[in-house]
Amino acid sequence: MKTNENLPETEGSPLSLRRTVWNPYLVGAGIGILSWLAFLLVDKPVGMSTEVSKFSGWAASIFVGWDSVTNNAYWAGKTPAFGYSTVFLLFTGLGAFISAYFGKDLSFEPVPSVWEKYQGPGVAKRQVAAFLGGAILLYGARMAGGCTSGHGISGTMQLALSSWVFFPVMFVTGIITARLLFRNKGTSN
Amino acid sequence: MNLPIPTSSTGGLVIAAILGLIFGVLLNKGRVTDYNVIVNLFRLKDFTVVKIMMTAIVVGGIGVFAMMGMGLIEGYHIKDANLLGVALGSGIFGVGMALYGYCPGTAIGAIATGRLHAIVGFFGMIVGGIAYALSYGWVKANILGVWSYGKVRIPELTGIPTGVWWVLLAAGTGALFYLIERAARSTPPRP
Repeated sequence: MKTNENLPETEGSPLSLRRTVWNPYLVGAGIGILSWLAFLLVDKPVGMSTEVSKFSGWAASIFVGWDSVTNNAYWAGKTPAFGYSTVFLLFTGLGAFISAYFGKDLSFEPVPSVWEKYQGPGVAKRQVAAFLGGAILLYGARMAGGCTSGHGISGTMQLALSSWVFFPVMFVTGIITARLLFRNKGTSN
Repeated sequence: MNLPIPTSSTGGLVIAAILGLIFGVLLNKGRVTDYNVIVNLFRLKDFTVVKIMMTAIVVGGIGVFAMMGMGLIEGYHIKDANLLGVALGSGIFGVGMALYGYCPGTAIGAIATGRLHAIVGFFGMIVGGIAYALSYGWVKANILGVWSYGKVRIPELTGIPTGVWWVLLAAGTGALFYLIERAARSTPPRP
C-alpha cells in the first residue's frame, strides 16, 4: 500500500483517511451526526463503559465460574452477553486501526512523550500507572453510571442532569491529577 | 423498514458494526486516541478534546431534539441523577483518566493502534470493573441512594424549555471556541 508521506494539511480531501488528523470541529460534528443515527436507527445512545465492564464479568467467570458472576448483584442486573454493544466496541477498535493504518499513526508507544518528560523513560513504571489508571477509571465510570461516551456525549446531548454533573467534576479532578503528575521541573513547556 | 431496528437482530448488529467503525475512525482522526492529547487537555495546553466534545454535544443534541419534535425518536435515554454516586464516580473517573490517558472509548481506539500502555490499562479496566461488581452491594446501599432524583433532565429541573437551552448552549459553545482560537493565535505553538 503506497501512501503519501506527510500529506500536507492543505492537500487532498479534508476527510481523506491518509490524513493523520482531521479538523476537530468536523470530527465533533461527525460524532454528533453519528448520535442522530444511533437514536434513529436503533434507539440506543452511544456508550462504552458498560460494555467494558462486561469483559470484567467474562474475566471473572474464568476464575470463579459463571454462576458466581451471574449471582453477583451488579452483573445480575447487567448480565455479560455478546450483543449490539460488543459489536460496536470491537468495530470501534477496527475503525481506529484502519484510520491509524492509512494515517500512519500505528505505534507501539510503551511510554508516551509527555509522560516520559515528567516521569522518566521507565517502561514498567508507565505500565503500572496505566494499569492503575485503567482500574480507577472504570471503577469511577461504573459508580457514575457512564463514561465520556455515555455521560460526556450521549447524556449531555439529552440535557441529563447526571451528565452535566459528570462533565465538570471529572474535568476538575483530571486537572488536579495532571498537576501532580506533570509538575514543571524547570524546563518550560 | 420499521425503525428502530431491534439491537438484537442481525440488522441491529450490522448497524453496530457500521456505527462502531465510523466512531473508531473519528476518534483516531480527532487524535483523542493519543495519550498526549488527553493529558494536555488536563494540563490546559490542548483543547482538541473540548472542540470535539462540545461540537458533538451541540450538533447531536439539536438533532436529537429536532428528531424528537418530528416524532422520529420515541423518548430520551438518560441515566439516574443519583448525584452523590455521579459526583464521586466522575471525580474518581477524572483521576483515572489523567493517569491512564484514555477513557474507555478512546482506550479501545488506542489499543487498536498498537499502544502498549493502552493494552496494559485495559486489564486495569477489567480489574476496576470486577472491583466495582464486588463492592456494588455496599455502594448501592450507601452511595447510590443519596441525592437521588431519578432520570431528571435540566429543562424539567429549571423550567426552561429544551429549545431555549440549545440556543444558550450553542451560543456559549461558539463563544468558547472563539476564545480558544483567539488564545491559540496569540501564543506561539508549544511542543
